[in-house]
This record gives sequence, structure tokens and C-alpha cells, in this order.
Amino acid sequence: MFIQRFLSLAILSGFILTGVVMSQSTYAGNPDGERLYTKHCSVCHGSKGSGGVGIPLDLESFLNSISDEYLIKTIEHGRIGRTMPAFKKLGDQNIKALVKYIRSFTNAKAVTFDPTPIKGNIEHGKALFKSKCANCHGDHGQGGKGTGVTFSRPRDLSIIPPALNNPGFLASASDEMIKHTLMTGRKNTPMNSFLKQGLSESDINDVVAYIRQFETKQIPKLRDQKLAAIIMEESPYSLEKTLDNLKKAVIGKNFRIIRQQTVDDGLVAKGKQNKKQVILYFCNFQFLNESLALDPRIGLFLPCRVTVVQQGDVVKVMAINPLRLSKLFNNDELDDACKNMSNLYTEIIEEATL
Amino acid sequence: MNKKTITKFLYIVIAFVGIQSAVIADELLMARSTEDFPETMLMLQNLIKQQGYTPSRVQRVDIGLTKSGYKTDKYRVVFFGKADEIKTISEKLPELIPYLPLKISIFAEAGQTILVTIDPMSFDQMYPNSSLTPVFKRWTKDIHAIFDRIQNLD
Repeated sequence: MFIQRFLSLAILSGFILTGVVMSQSTYAGNPDGERLYTKHCSVCHGSKGSGGVGIPLDLESFLNSISDEYLIKTIEHGRIGRTMPAFKKLGDQNIKALVKYIRSFTNAKAVTFDPTPIKGNIEHGKALFKSKCANCHGDHGQGGKGTGVTFSRPRDLSIIPPALNNPGFLASASDEMIKHTLMTGRKNTPMNSFLKQGLSESDINDVVAYIRQFETKQIPKLRDQKLAAIIMEESPYSLEKTLDNLKKAVIGKNFRIIRQQTVDDGLVAKGKQNKKQVILYFCNFQFLNESLALDPRIGLFLPCRVTVVQQGDVVKVMAINPLRLSKLFNNDELDDACKNMSNLYTEIIEEATL
Repeated sequence: MNKKTITKFLYIVIAFVGIQSAVIADELLMARSTEDFPETMLMLQNLIKQQGYTPSRVQRVDIGLTKSGYKTDKYRVVFFGKADEIKTISEKLPELIPYLPLKISIFAEAGQTILVTIDPMSFDQMYPNSSLTPVFKRWTKDIHAIFDRIQNLD
């Protein structure tokens, strides 16, 4: 009896372990950098590294001013709130293979930087940052806006000034690397050499020291909070009356009704739909255009939608919570837009069920 | 080691591995097709069908924008699902209805095409005790299969 139980448990755990190990290290052994890049990076950075939602990786002036360590840590940590996710689970070997493949985009050689922290006058660095860097990188080093070329910016300028206050950036870039970039600039990007602009090496050390102190000033993000997956209210009215109220509320908020359908519309034969599960789709094109400029992937929220469901005698009005969904995008700018959208959904649903 | 210890050990291993596999979920599932938009759109709908789902609707997003005077490129949302699953899930977990049917956003980027969707395993994190974990896992697996085919990775 015991042996049977032991064997079945052992076999079961063996199967599960095998599955997990395989899913975590699909490319273990001899990782294929190109394949990994296609699967995990190309969607944002372009199939040959020319950029898109993410920055271009095929810039010689970028690749010859960074270390492999910087790329490895960037892949591991990502950029919190700046679209680039953390890929720690890929594992060391796969990440190294990815870096090797990214290096193949140009002939640029990796640079090695001394990890010793650079000392400088933070106050002086702050003043210099304000006058020389803030215009592109933001007053607090928060970086430029937008996520990439599509919808957000002209296709010939796919560089977004990086967020220098980002924990992922600060964990990846050594002081020496930041100093090197400030001193030499990056050809074919708006980042110029600050030595050529009249700063001394000592001034640059001060700017580096100021950038490094961003590490101590991290603000908790909205997405770290626990958020409900949906916004929901019970309606005191019938399904039909609730739908009428909903339409009035939607129009009252300057949205245009696009369509009304059942949840299973298109999935079951006509006449067989469950008429107790109704979706109302609506849109405001200005709002839509602004949202797409923040992140072209926001189509997942589209079109705006509220669902009315009757279960027994209870009518419920529900919508996704855009703020909860925003978590998935790792984009701070989107969080603000989704907060507005969540408020709007709440107001519409409250109005329809009041 | 006695029988009790071995059994306990195996249960712990299974529980640990179960937890590990449950948390392996990407935030978004995304893919880039090197084909242009019409070609990729056709491929996507065929692959959805091949995985056993029905594409229920293709929503144009760009047309409204263009008509309203905004510059945009081809942008669609493809809705898909399985009728029996929608029925079962809306009974078991009505809170998931606002996320159904499943959808994939598809938009042009120059001569290529980008596809994005929510990793269905995210639903497992939203509703951890729903008993629908196997369904969410299967959806994730199916979408990975579709995206791998689109990226020529299968």
C-alpha cells in the first residue's frame, strides 16, 4: 500500500518537476540567442534591433559605450514603470546568449567599467543636472514620455531619453558607465558629449553623484497596491432598464455607443445567445488617441465596455478595472490614464444603477 | 528515513513545484510578425481556429480614429473563445465575464505587425481560488502556440 502510494507520488512529482524544469529552461544546454531574442525582445525592439515600442539596440554608439554587465542587469531587472519587463526567470545562460546576439547587431566592442563608486558634490551636480540634463531626462530624472515609435512619435526619432532615476537603470549602470556616456555622448542620438559643452571632468563626477542619489528616493508605485480585478455594482432595475440607464450614462460622459451584443455573440448560432449577459461597447476617440500615444498596446482595453449580467433575479453591472490591468503593462504613464478610466467606469456604473 | 518522512517530503516537493509553476506568468504575451498586417491577420485567425477556438468578432479601432481626423495605422482587436467554455466559466466565475471573450490586439508597425494579449494566467492571480487554473493554463499554452507559429518559432 505504502509502496504504491510512494511510487505514484514519485511519478507525479517527477512529471511536474520535468514540466517545470523544461518550461524554465527551454533553451538550456546551448541557448540560441537569436531564437530567444525573437521570442522575448523583437516585439518591442524590432526583429533586427531597430527599435519600436522599445529603444533601438542596433546603435553602434550605444553598444560601444556599455558593458555586457549593463545589458545583463538590464535584462534581469527591466525598467520598473517604463515598459521594459524584468526577465530574471530566463536564467544566466539564456541572458548571456541574448547579450551575445544583441552584440552581433554591430561591430561595437563591449566596454568594461570600474565598479568603484564615483564621489562628487551632489548639490553642484543637481544644479548642473537642472541646466544641462533636465530638459530631456526630466527634472527628477524621470525620462522622456512615450513608449516608442508607433503612435507616440515620428519614426525617425525612436530614442526616448532614459529614466535615470529608475531602479532598474541604477542597478544596471555603474557610475563609471554613466560618466563615460556623459563625457563621450552617443553619436546619432540627441545625447551630446558634456566635455564638448564645456563641463570639466570634476563637474561630470558631480552630475554622476547626483544621478546616483536617485537610488535613495524611490516612491512606491500605484501598481504595488492590491487592486480589484473588476468594478461592479448591483442594479435595482431590470436588465433592460439597467441597459437604458447605462446608455444614458455613457452618452452623458461624451462617449459614443459602438455596439450592444451578448457575451457569446459570434460563438453560438443566432437566436441561441444568452440574452442575460449583454455587453455595451462605447468609445471616445480623443481619449482613445491619447491613450494609444501613451502605449500602443492599450488596444487590449478597447473598445471601452460595460457588461450587464442577470443571475436569477439579480442584475449586476460590471467592467474590468483598468487600473488592475494597467499593472500588466509596466508603464507609469498608463497608470495615470487608467486611474481616470477607472473613475469614469465607476461613475458610469454608479449612474446606471443609482 | 521512515515512510512518513518520505511521504511528507514528496508532498512538500509537489506543493512547492505547484506554486512555482503557478507563478510563472508573463505580464503580457506579445509577438512580432515580420509579415505585413493583412498577412498576419489572416494567419492569426486561422491559427485561432486551429487551436479549437472561434473568432467571434474583429473590431476595427483605426477607422474611428481616422474618421475623427487622427493619424493612425491599421489596428484591430480580434475576439475569440469557445462557446461551451464561456457558458461554464460565466456560471463558475461570473466576475470573469468582463474579460470574456478572450482578445488579441493586432496592429501594424511599418511593414511588420505586433500582437498583444493578456496572459490568461493573470486571471489565476486575480482569482486564485477559482478552480479554473487548468483552463487558464491551457489558454496560455494555446496563445503561446499561436504566437510561436506567427514568429516561426515552433
